[in-house]
Amino acid sequence: MSTVSMTVNGKAVCGEVESRTLLVQFLRENLGLTGTHVGCDTSQCGACVIHVNGKSVKSCTMLAIQADGADVTTIEGLADEAGLHPMQQAFMDNHGLQCGFCTPGMVMSALDIVNRNGNELDESTVRKELEGNICRCTGYHNIVKAVQAGAKAMGGS
Amino acid sequence: MIENGIGASVRRKEDQRFLIGKGNYTDDINVAGQTHAVFVRSPHAHAEIKGIDCSDALAAPGVVAVLTGDDLAADGIGPLICGVTVTSDDGEPHRAPAHPALAQGKVNYVGDHVAIVIAETRAQARDAAELVDVDYSVLPAVIDTGSAADSGQPQIHEVAPDNVCYNWPFGDKEGVEAAFAGAHKVSKLDLVNNRMVTNPMEPRAALGEYNQGMDEITLHLTTQNPHVHRLVLSAFNQLAPEHKLRVVGPDVGGGFGAKIFVYAEELVVGWACRKIKRPVKWNGDRTEAFLADAHGRDHVSTAEMAMDENGKFLAMRVQTQANLGAYLSTFSTMVPSYLYAFLLAGQYSTPLIYSEVKAVFTNTAPVDACRGAGRPEATYLVERLVDICAADMGLDPAEIRRRNFIPVDAFPYQTPVVQCYDSGDYPAALDKAMELADYSGFSARAEEAKSRGKLRGIGLSSYVEACGIAPSAAVGQLGAGVGLWESAQVRFNPTGNVQVFTGTHSHGQGHETTFAQLVCDQLGVPIENIEVIHGDTARTQFGMGTYGSRSLAVGGVAIARACDKLIAKGKKIAAHALEAAEGDIEFVDGNFSVAGTDKAMNIAEVAFTAYVPHSYPEGVEPGFDENAFFDPTNFSFPAGTHICEVEVDPDTGVVEVVKYSAVDDFGRLINPMIVEGQVHGGIAHGVGQALLEGCSYDSEGQLVTASYMDYAMPRADNLPSFDIDYAPTNPPDNPLGVKGCGEAGAIGAPPAVINAISNALGVRHIDMPATPEAVWRAAQQAAAVSA
Amino acid sequence: MYEFNYRKVDSVAAAVEAMQQAEDGKFVAGGQTMLPTMKHRLASPSDLIDLGGVAELTVVNVEDGNLTVGAMTTHAAVAASAEVQRAIPALARLAGNIGDPAVRNRGTIGGSIANHDPAADYPAAVIALGATVQTSKRAIPAEEFFTGMFETALEEDEIVTSVSFPLPEAAAYMKFENPASRYAIVGVFVAKTGGEVRVGVTGATACAHRGLLLEEAMGGELDASGIDSVELPVEQMNSDIHASAEYRAHLVKVMTKRAVEACR
Repeated sequence: MSTVSMTVNGKAVCGEVESRTLLVQFLRENLGLTGTHVGCDTSQCGACVIHVNGKSVKSCTMLAIQADGADVTTIEGLADEAGLHPMQQAFMDNHGLQCGFCTPGMVMSALDIVNRNGNELDESTVRKELEGNICRCTGYHNIVKAVQAGAKAMGGS
Repeated sequence: MIENGIGASVRRKEDQRFLIGKGNYTDDINVAGQTHAVFVRSPHAHAEIKGIDCSDALAAPGVVAVLTGDDLAADGIGPLICGVTVTSDDGEPHRAPAHPALAQGKVNYVGDHVAIVIAETRAQARDAAELVDVDYSVLPAVIDTGSAADSGQPQIHEVAPDNVCYNWPFGDKEGVEAAFAGAHKVSKLDLVNNRMVTNPMEPRAALGEYNQGMDEITLHLTTQNPHVHRLVLSAFNQLAPEHKLRVVGPDVGGGFGAKIFVYAEELVVGWACRKIKRPVKWNGDRTEAFLADAHGRDHVSTAEMAMDENGKFLAMRVQTQANLGAYLSTFSTMVPSYLYAFLLAGQYSTPLIYSEVKAVFTNTAPVDACRGAGRPEATYLVERLVDICAADMGLDPAEIRRRNFIPVDAFPYQTPVVQCYDSGDYPAALDKAMELADYSGFSARAEEAKSRGKLRGIGLSSYVEACGIAPSAAVGQLGAGVGLWESAQVRFNPTGNVQVFTGTHSHGQGHETTFAQLVCDQLGVPIENIEVIHGDTARTQFGMGTYGSRSLAVGGVAIARACDKLIAKGKKIAAHALEAAEGDIEFVDGNFSVAGTDKAMNIAEVAFTAYVPHSYPEGVEPGFDENAFFDPTNFSFPAGTHICEVEVDPDTGVVEVVKYSAVDDFGRLINPMIVEGQVHGGIAHGVGQALLEGCSYDSEGQLVTASYMDYAMPRADNLPSFDIDYAPTNPPDNPLGVKGCGEAGAIGAPPAVINAISNALGVRHIDMPATPEAVWRAAQQAAAVSA
Repeated sequence: MYEFNYRKVDSVAAAVEAMQQAEDGKFVAGGQTMLPTMKHRLASPSDLIDLGGVAELTVVNVEDGNLTVGAMTTHAAVAASAEVQRAIPALARLAGNIGDPAVRNRGTIGGSIANHDPAADYPAAVIALGATVQTSKRAIPAEEFFTGMFETALEEDEIVTSVSFPLPEAAAYMKFENPASRYAIVGVFVAKTGGEVRVGVTGATACAHRGLLLEEAMGGELDASGIDSVELPVEQMNSDIHASAEYRAHLVKVMTKRAVEACR
């Protein structure tokens, strides 16, 4: 077992892990941050997407020990006392979620899309950029709208 | 007008928790002392088990127990059951082989359950599972649907000669034959309905806890119907008496049918937690979902239509061989029979229909309901055949549909295949869809596409489906082991807020919002003061769960009935308080008032009075809390026309869906935003079946498409945005005027897509999934023919 | 996943030393193939030597007519690199279309070519551009590097440190994606460098290779007019549920023509 420490959603955390412990397991099992989900075992579905040092990664395809010293943001780290993050709000306003299982990964990927592509996103860009996130419920129609609206809201005010 | 009532696109109440990462899915729940289970699964499609040696596994670090089928049998835990009996053509019930939850002497598909390994951590359980030494003697396997019943095939179950579960002829055979003999034209089509893996994004999971003090088991499951799970696990599997078994379906990450059924893992986890007296958690991974979730579809069919000289349908004849997999899943037998053949009339007035369904066993995962269940198979067959008829008669596909539609004034319409359609205006939906799709502008778009080297095609699908399965008496006659009513309880608390308990289960459908809107609308209570509770047998009185687009059409009415009772009781209480006759009390927008006066009290005040009955009408019970059960008088029949437009790259065979228009009749919409979301998701599921999703086993029964690396799920860049509209009618059988909407897209979309591709290529037919290679080959052949 | 010893190193030398000490070690770069493989228990190294902290492997520069990309440069970094976009835009586009955005943030060029998945994208570019693979021991020409399915010329304790690409006059990559995995069913990279046209093909056969028959048909020019008449050896093509050998052979030609078109 090794000790890892990192910053998760602004808080310093540490824990004991096996070498083989995945980052997503550390978040869910050691830290109780169960918002990050596991939907597949081949790095395809994107339910586990989080940000490590400001970039989106699939937390099922990274070892906890590889995140030692990193700055990690999960879905639990977005909303604050004032309310939902504009991207979360956009998902709610545009009915961009149904069962909610893929949603945390979708939102985290959406933020990464905005980080790299800015606040004015066309439909085809969003669809292409969501390649690594699978949803079975929504047919993506409203997710795409939500990402566009969220991006815009993040740029406004 | 009530704010947030019926017809308002209210933002969903459930979204908050999902968006901040505070959903509560089964794998999110952890309890003190919890152990972790991993299942040892068969690597062979068909094998005898000569012996199982668990000694190395038992000695591995952290291992608590290793249990096999012998242990299960010794404890008298019964086999898994199939809840619907279909009578075969010999008058006998369908052949039902034993389905032990852990194999007893034989395995019948890759992924079949052999043993459960329980350890302190999941990694330890998985390490130890590899040490369970199973001695298999491999047998030849039966995989292919079409040939499973052929002579000379290996025999899977002794009780099912030729691997046949049932032969089920249905309809007027002689009448159909006579009509074919006198027909002007007969159109014929062979087609396959491809096998799908349902793939809700949350893999299945189970957490079992045994309370020794109360001798009670609590099972958290990824279930669409907790009470059905409890009933089956108690009555048929002897897990525990119903009153000593609590089943909780917490947040569930999508179902689409795959989480209706009672699975081996669920029963075994429930049994094991009592046996080892510690909580046991099993969380399936995606590979296990591919191997051992019930799959869907998998038909091989021949369809024929007899027509007169005007293209009017005279009779239809269908032969289908349906794959049920290795064992009968919970509702499997009814899918290719009642849910299929009863829909073969489609939207048409075809007077005579005859079908023969042969259901077969194979060494593949069990097959059961998957979004639409039987109705997509029927609709695909009918709507493909209708396009073939149009081609054979030289008619436009829209025109042949129009000539054969059930007339608007014929509703309620009794079809020749049992169903009596409630309401419909099929020409209206077709007209509106053609307008939405700019059908008349298609040829110009096709020309423009041609200039870019692309083949553009357009395809129609005019579907009808039967959901909200009912009434109980009818399904009982058909052999169902359960009733199909729904229950509700609407409870005011003394402070005026409301808890609504429903026996349906929401796993993406938004019941917590839609049902709150119903109550808000009927009782005038602000929506934020209403909470909808579902998914826990210890909280909700009873329920049949959510599948077959039944929740609003059946469960919603039960809620409305409970509200009716509250209003009736409230009138008595208000009459007493307002010193008026009960008959003078009116209830409008949440207020009880004395007609013609300004005397009134609101429903919250009435509720308070009911709980603090210091001054109270004689003979009225205290409390403001009512139950209702609702058993519908008929199914619900949503219908519509979907139009798909594609562009094919003839050099590669790649198909792009460039435009998709859908006009549906769902009756009255409670929350249009949510309904539209259901339509979107259904269409994506259907487009997935048509273009991408093909579950494939090799000849030895190994699942080739066992991960997202090989099973193509629709992704955002496979789909366009959709154009959605409605052509509602008012179903007389449903007290709320609603129809189901959850499956319509998955039912309507596949034939629309394939009709569009056939149109683009100028070919008669192409099977699903229309992969790039299949389309490329079809394009090559079409080009060779026309050259 | 089986348990293993995790070794984080900060230099190539330390990585090599760790490998030499390990019983059955494996280097891990971005881990986007390695970790899923280990999760499925298809690989069970005794030691995993993580190159993620080796700063010397992330250099990107253009010198003497060569673009050099450090082995640990992520696909996202290659795609976003202004230098790569200027020097070989086709390579930036290729990198920007590997996997998905989250995978691109972890996956690296060194990991990709060392793994040599027969459906990976980079090998086509390495071959068509006539790149040189620099390792901890030597420089290996592209055509000698890829030796078979999941096999390369690398020795057990040898690490890819960088890849050097001579700057082409024109280059383009065309990928036909597997609809499920989004890997290449066929990927063709066409480059004209120093007056010579080269074709790199991935996905089609067991091993990424140079499309000599295609090059011959082009006669050293960016001219696709003769591609249709090329007879590719169908029997050498991969065949699976997604694409038969015949279809793959056809796609190689279509992708080649489109790549040539995109070069012009």
